Amino acid sequence: MAGAGAVTGGTGGAGQVGPIARLAGGGMALGAAAAGAAAVRALTAPRPVGWPDGGDGRRARWQVVTVDRPPGQVLPEGRWPEPLRRLGDAVQVRVRPAPGDRGTELAARPRPGAGPPPGLAVHLVGDDPGRLVRRALRQAKQLAETGEVLRPDRDALDRPAVTPE
Amino acid sequence: MRALCWMGAGELAVRQVPDPELRNGHDAIVRVRRSAACGADLSLLAGRGPAVGEVLGHEFVGEVVEVGPEVRRHRVGDRVVVCSSVSCGSCWYCRRELHSCCDNGSTDPEAGEATWGHPVAGCFGQPRAQGGFAGSHAEYVRVPYADVGAFAVPEPVSDDRALFASDAAPAGWMGADLGGVRPGDVVAVWGAGAVGQVAARAARLLGAERVVVVDRHPDRLRAAERHAGAETLDYRRVDVAAELRDRSGGRGPDVCVDAGGAADGARSLGDRLTGAPPRPAAVREAVHACRKGGSVVVLGAHPAVVDRFPLGMVTAKGLTVRGARQHGPRYIPMLLDRMARDELRTEYLATHHLPLDRAPEAYTPLRTRAPGCLRPSSTPLPPPPPPPHPPTTTPPLRQPR
Repeated sequence: MAGAGAVTGGTGGAGQVGPIARLAGGGMALGAAAAGAAAVRALTAPRPVGWPDGGDGRRARWQVVTVDRPPGQVLPEGRWPEPLRRLGDAVQVRVRPAPGDRGTELAARPRPGAGPPPGLAVHLVGDDPGRLVRRALRQAKQLAETGEVLRPDRDALDRPAVTPE
Repeated sequence: MRALCWMGAGELAVRQVPDPELRNGHDAIVRVRRSAACGADLSLLAGRGPAVGEVLGHEFVGEVVEVGPEVRRHRVGDRVVVCSSVSCGSCWYCRRELHSCCDNGSTDPEAGEATWGHPVAGCFGQPRAQGGFAGSHAEYVRVPYADVGAFAVPEPVSDDRALFASDAAPAGWMGADLGGVRPGDVVAVWGAGAVGQVAARAARLLGAERVVVVDRHPDRLRAAERHAGAETLDYRRVDVAAELRDRSGGRGPDVCVDAGGAADGARSLGDRLTGAPPRPAAVREAVHACRKGGSVVVLGAHPAVVDRFPLGMVTAKGLTVRGARQHGPRYIPMLLDRMARDELRTEYLATHHLPLDRAPEAYTPLRTRAPGCLRPSSTPLPPPPPPPHPPTTTPPLRQPR
């Protein structure tokens, strides 16, 4: 991934054209200032609004985390981070260098028209896809910055009862 | 293992819980040698946050008994003090030594976002919004990011002294540091608990000409005079603002530190009945007293929202207001060095020593503000031998067992 560009696409590896077609190639510059400003507005959206195909025509907001690593480390070998790849075609992903040498802005949102993502994850977060996207972004950030995803002392489902002395 | 568990509002008990396990490559397991009870836990005891069975405690010193494959700085057998906050050391904030703002220190960042707007560093023995890690009033503790949060204790530093490099000492030092204390300054510290004691001592060590500690407990004020070289004011007996003006040539203190902690957010019966947010009495007084262009530093675990904050005075006087939970890893190595050189003696902060089996009693003197109480400490080990440090002229505050 070239350093100065903004990239958007699905969760397939770089260079692939999957069900979510790549909208821009690796290293492609944002171009016009207006487009950049719009991207900034999208990237700074603080809250999810749910699946985009809820019938009201709204598109889900982009959710974004800033990863304190260069794009090449956030997307090793040009592939989206694994926590986002798990969501398959259900999300769009966008990445660009963060201003002020702050690393990389990694953004994702539920893809319009997509069904719920596969696997168990969706059952853990109920019917809020924004939460699932947010969690995947956070995990991708942790992986890039620390090398692992911090685990709780015990998984939620196996928290044991305490016993008297 | 045995651990002190929260069993319901105001109810604590020592229970058998599963031993902690390595859950990440950067984890270590530490066998606890000392664990202190902190006033910040009192709101948890009342039921604000923990789940039944959660282990309390966040200030501790111990011995490494197991390390994950990614741990580089520690080996089994190391005696370590562990920072009370959990931070990754790798994010943008940690790399700028803003460890309490860490992006990756919680296992449930969404809970932090809901509470604070952003995820913040984790903390041992706290609810999920602050990490959800089991606390230190136990025989063993899992320490995430052990290379970042655990620090080898130099040989001459006793457990009772090193214990406070975990939480009270870095928090207190941070108060003076964030306030930018410089030689010749007049510094006022609200709260003569463990954090306030260290904040006052730090201000002296950083060259403050005059340090004034404000509290209402005579024994704590005496300790501040004796151990921190501070002057003291009992706010029940004097006009604090007038006294501070007098003692600073009419200017007001250059740096004001609120080390009152969560207790500062106490609400009157009237406020509770009407649902009004707590009022930060000490912070308000600090803002009023501070000189123009001075600094006010707010420490501790405050309520998310308070009322009646003198915002206009901040702008009118051009004040700098700063706050943080605790950027421990920024300060702990320096603090341990000062402890080893006897510049910073903190063992007097441990006023009660209890075995783990009696740890539920540790919070009683904190809750009742018993005379002589600063921070009770508990240990799963047999009673400690006398500390190796030379005797000081300080009369012990330790209570008879």
